[in-house]
This record gives sequence, C-alpha cells and structure tokens, in this order.
Amino acid sequence: MTLATSTPNNKDNNLLPMSKQLSYRRAFSLVLKRDLTIALRHRDDIINPLLFFVIVITLFPLGIGPEANTLSRIAPGIIWVAALLATLLSLDRLFKADFTDGSLEQMLLSPHPIFILVLAKITAHWLITGLPLILMAPLLAVLLHLDENSYGALIITLFLGTPVLSLLGAIGVALTVGIKKGGVLLSLLVLPLYIPVLIFATSAIDTAALGLPYSGQLAIIAALFFGSLTLAPFAVGAALKVSTN
Amino acid sequence: MQFTHFSDFISMGGYGFYVWLSFGATALLLTLLVIDSKAGHKRIINHIAQHKRREDKLRKSREQRKKAAKTDDSAAG
Amino acid sequence: MWKWLHPYANPEVSYHLTNKLLPWFSYLAAIFLSIGLVWALLFAPADYQQGDSFRIFYVHVPAASLSMGIYVSMAIAAFSSLVWQVRLADASAAAMAPVGAAFTAIALITGSAWGKPMWGTWWIWDARLTSELILLFLYLGVIALHSAFEDKNLAGKAAGILTLVGVINIPIIKYSVEWWNTLHQGSTVSKLGKPSMSLDMLWPFIFCFIGFSLLVGVIICLRFRNEILARNSIRPWVRELVEQKTQ
Repeated sequence: MTLATSTPNNKDNNLLPMSKQLSYRRAFSLVLKRDLTIALRHRDDIINPLLFFVIVITLFPLGIGPEANTLSRIAPGIIWVAALLATLLSLDRLFKADFTDGSLEQMLLSPHPIFILVLAKITAHWLITGLPLILMAPLLAVLLHLDENSYGALIITLFLGTPVLSLLGAIGVALTVGIKKGGVLLSLLVLPLYIPVLIFATSAIDTAALGLPYSGQLAIIAALFFGSLTLAPFAVGAALKVSTN
Repeated sequence: MQFTHFSDFISMGGYGFYVWLSFGATALLLTLLVIDSKAGHKRIINHIAQHKRREDKLRKSREQRKKAAKTDDSAAG
Repeated sequence: MWKWLHPYANPEVSYHLTNKLLPWFSYLAAIFLSIGLVWALLFAPADYQQGDSFRIFYVHVPAASLSMGIYVSMAIAAFSSLVWQVRLADASAAAMAPVGAAFTAIALITGSAWGKPMWGTWWIWDARLTSELILLFLYLGVIALHSAFEDKNLAGKAAGILTLVGVINIPIIKYSVEWWNTLHQGSTVSKLGKPSMSLDMLWPFIFCFIGFSLLVGVIICLRFRNEILARNSIRPWVRELVEQKTQ
C-alpha cells in the first residue's frame, strides 16, 4: 500500500484497493521512482560519496609522488579501490531511512514479490551512486595519467562492476540495518565479497594498457554481474526479513 | 629417534625458530580456545543462575507487597 | 527415512548427548595427538630437501584442510537452519565459527613460518594464501555478526545468510586470485605440490590429522553445549541443571 501512496503520481492512488493487480513491471518502476524522488530531495546523499571518491583519489598522488609512470601503473587499482570505498559509504542509506520510518516493513508485507522491490531499490541506489561515479572516473583517470588505451576498459568495467558492488553491498546492509552501530560491521562483511570484482576489473584495465584483448576478464565480470543480479535479491530479501524480524 | 642430543632436537637442523614458532602458536591458540570454551560454560551457568536469583527476588518482593497490601486492607476494614 | 534424526532436534537430548560424547572425543584426541605429535617431531625422518622445517607440515596441512572443512559444515548447518528451521543447527554453526577462525589463523601462521625458510619470505600474494586470508575475514565477519545481535535466534539467521553468501564466494575468490597471479607474476613460487610421501612420513601425518579433527570435535562440543544453554535459558530443564551445578 505504501508503494502506491508514497509516490508523487496521483493516478496510482486509484490502484490502492486492488494493489494486487500491479504488474511486476509497475511495482518495480513505482519503487524505483519513489527512491529516486527521495534521493533527489536529499542531494547531499548523492554528492558526498562522489566528493569522497574525488578526494581519496587526489590523496594518492600527494602521498606517493607525482611521477607519471608510477601513477599510471597504479591508477586502475586506485580508481577501483576508491570506487569500492565510495560505494561502501553510500550503502548505508539504501535501507536505513525506510527501516527507521517503518516503510520497509510495509514493503515486506506487501503482496508483491520481495525480489522485485529489492531489485528496484538496488537499481535506484546504483543510479544515484554508481552512475555519477562512472561519469566522474575518466576525469580522475586524466589526473592519474591512466594509459590512453585503458579508458574504454575503465568505463566498461565500471559499468559492469559497480552494479555488482551495489547488489552485494545490499546483502550486507540488509543484514546490518537493524543493528545500531552497523557501519563498521558492514565494511567487515562486504569488503571481502568485493575482492573478485576488484581483481578482474583492475586486471582488465592493465591488460588493456598493454594493448592486449581483455574480453576474458569482461566476460567474468559480466558473469559476476548476472550471477549476483539473480541471487543477491533473494539473499537481501531473506536478510531484510531477519532484520525487521 | 631422529635426534641424538636434546640440543639437536631444539635446533631442528637450523630451522628451530620456525618449527617451534608454528608448534608454539598452534598450541597457544588451541589452548586459549579450549580454556575460553570451558570458561564459557561456567559463565553461562552463572549468568542464568544470577538471572534466576533476580527473578526470584522480584517475585518474592511482589508477593510481600501483595500480602502487606492485604493486611493493610484488613486493618483498615 | 530421517525419522531417527528427529529426537536430536530437541535441545535437551542434544545437550546430554554432547556431554556423553565429550569424554570420548577428549580421550581419543589426546591419544591420537600425543602419538602423532611425538612421532612427527621425534621419529619422522627429515625431508631430503626441506630438512627439519618439513615438520611444520604435520600441523599446517591438517589446520588448513580443517579450516575449509569447518566452513563447509558451518554452511550446511546454516542451510538446514534457514530451510528446515532447525534451531539447533544455528547453535552448532555459532559453535563452529570461532573454531574455524582459530584453525584458519593457525594455517596462516604456520604457513608463513614455513614459507620464510623455504621461499625466503613470510608472505606471498599467492592464490592459496590469499584465499585463506579471505576465509579468515569471512569467519571474522560471521563471528562479528553473531555478537552484534542481542537475540541469538536472529543472530543465527543473519550469520547463516552471510555464511551461505560466503560459500558461493569462496570458489570465485579462489579462482580469481589464481588467475590474477598467473597474469601478474608468471609462474608462482608455490612448490607445495604434494611430494610423494613415504610411509614413515604418512603415518604420523594421519595420526596428527585424526588427532586435530578430534580436537575440533571436542572444542565444538564444548561450545555447542554453551550455545544450547544460552539459547534455552528459560527452559525448566536448564533451570534445574543450573540449580544442580550452582549448589
């Protein structure tokens, strides 16, 4: 019910008495729209992780030294590690607000499959945090003297990889959302799961810098993406049921 | 028996430090784990006993209060 | 077919069974471990290449394989708790996590103590070492999640979900690291490939392995007992037991 009432679109209220008839696609887009609207009202939540991403990346040349060779050697790793941390920072808001005001519980009680609703929320999260990150990345790559052959690989790996970060991270958030000091625990749970994405993405970018084909690494990141796309929402749903008890 | 002297046994053909480090660390960790698990049993039993004592006390004081209230009532009546 | 299993889902029955099993496990573990360790340290021949540093093998390999075995059994327990709602499976998973973490730590410590004289370095970002390190992180995450919840039943469910996610991830992590290494370093230094062992090395190893497995059994029994008591603290049988013990 919350789904229908909390959307700004008034037409949806007509659906209220027979919300069972919402098609999967409709339910998905309603949750997605709702989350995007809320996010656009709190712009800080979008901008702060992005600023964090930029600042972390500018710290490295200052700490390591400005030699272009060293920087271009470590650029893929830095960009990806910063992306992991920025995603981690933004994960908290995925379920927290909904959990505290009780709408998460309503969502779990609604007749629609949790899979769809969770997937919509994760998609919204990726659109808010992952996409700006991808748009920002080439700019930062310039600052780090990334090899010119690698730009394509950087963008493609970010496009395939950041959704995996959102999906796997959602499992961690769903498990810790009911805990008061869940922030540190979240990083302990989620970061080990991010390791495969990090390894394959940086290796794809490195291979691209050498001018070699990197489709193998891309295929594996794509496999991780589709695997987590199909499995993670189930785990998130189960975890949310535990957390809301 | 592979070693003729005790000092040979300790030095382990020059690898003594590494061998005893690994055996020592293993022994230390496992002993700590066993001690913690055994202490855990006592800890939990004491905890439950404490909890029970508190409950008993609460119940007793509640009954006393009830009794006191009753005697007050009868005294007043 | 599985009916004989049902009585063991009762915490009281399991508690008493664990108590009965405990001395057996303890004596057998003590016998096997003392025979195995004395044999390994004193009587087993030194390796013709690695000399006496090879004796680390008798702790390292059992610890490493047990660390993975315990994770698998923890995952099975988590699965049966989530799917069939077996409450006791949660208790056993909670009992296993610290034991697994300890054995993973032992495998890592003994591994680097073996690596220093053999490879010349304490640590290599080799596939096996890295995946073992990540296994330790997963164990620590499960333990942290267990202690983060006040309600033990909720903690068990949450940790169970994490354990199952980790089970899917372990092979992925292992292969990713293997591939990453072959891309970056060429051939790895790891020459750990099983040397065709002679019998006088194999026997002490078997004794050590069985001994360590039994010790795992002992510690898990001890912790399982505690978990049962903690989860059933308001049941009459626990109250009676506590009264007997504290008097």
